[in-house]
Amino acid sequence: MQGMSLIVKNITRVVAGFIILFGAYIVLYGHVTPGGGFAGGVILAGGLALVVLAFGEEFARNVLTHDVARLADSMGALLFLLVAVLGFMGGVFFTNFLPLGDVGALLSAGTIPIANLGIGIKVGAGLFGVFLALAAFRRATSGGSAAHGRLP
Amino acid sequence: MDPILILLLAMLGFMLIGSLIAIETRDLLSSVICVGAVGFGTSLVFLLLGAPDLAITQVVVEILVLVVLVRVVITRRDETHATSRSTLPVGVVLLALGVMAAVVFGALAGGPEEGALRLRPFGDPLMSAEVPAAQLAPAGRPDLAPAGTCSASVGGAFLEQGLAQSEASRGTGAANYVMGVLLDYRAYDTLGEATVIFVAVIGAYAVLRKVGRSRHAGNESDR
Repeated sequence: MQGMSLIVKNITRVVAGFIILFGAYIVLYGHVTPGGGFAGGVILAGGLALVVLAFGEEFARNVLTHDVARLADSMGALLFLLVAVLGFMGGVFFTNFLPLGDVGALLSAGTIPIANLGIGIKVGAGLFGVFLALAAFRRATSGGSAAHGRLP
Repeated sequence: MDPILILLLAMLGFMLIGSLIAIETRDLLSSVICVGAVGFGTSLVFLLLGAPDLAITQVVVEILVLVVLVRVVITRRDETHATSRSTLPVGVVLLALGVMAAVVFGALAGGPEEGALRLRPFGDPLMSAEVPAAQLAPAGRPDLAPAGTCSASVGGAFLEQGLAQSEASRGTGAANYVMGVLLDYRAYDTLGEATVIFVAVIGAYAVLRKVGRSRHAGNESDR
């Protein structure tokens, strides 16, 4: 698969950055505005899926590989668990041990933004990896048989 | 009648029609698009009920699922088989539609008197009762109770205590109460959800992997 037409590629070049930026905003401001780690992570995965769909599997195989997705998935889960375990500093599992700060500020609510970041990375990378496995690599592995089986 | 309620019922009807078309249509692509329409209707319902977190998540998940499904469907464009339709499923569907219409009619037309078939207002028994706040204290710690009265629901307790940073009750400091509940009060639940997603992703990788599969196939062909 060589990706889509020039129009799609150019529009993707313009738009994809904004989509990923919006996903990062939703993740980082999850404790202030509606959204949070899960929704922002899915937006990140959607932006990456748009890039892969537009630029084809070569891009996916060289830059946004499956291994990167798996690594980020595990790292996000570990970050969330780390926040949970560090709660022992304040007493028990999942204690909000950091200072709470001013309500409504970006750096507030203690460990909630860090946990949001972990969940966002985890969900984004996990769903993007599933997307790669489902949509992109399906044709690559089946090779000519899929192209043969496709109806005109 | 409440305009929100009219909009809700219109969305429910739209979603019902969309699901019926998704089940009944022959074309797989049309079916997938109808499923997407039902998902967007769900997100609008969430938005009308005042849950923007859920609405954002629903929209975004729906878009991603729709992209994957459309891609899979376009890749393999086989259409569903034409099945001979017996009268029993149609009858069951019509019966269910009739029961649903009766329930909706009763919900809308029933008077406020006792015993009438009537839907309660949204959140009526759970979120509206007022109790002394001393009942909200954890067992054995009456000193943690907030002052005065507040609503009996857990939501009311969170609204009372969520932002407070007094010595008695430590809030979360999160302006978004939903995140405060998800990642502070109920962080164990969120850890379980994250585990579920992690296991689901691992399962998808295991089912869709190509390394073990191809080597196994190669061994088979060598023999």
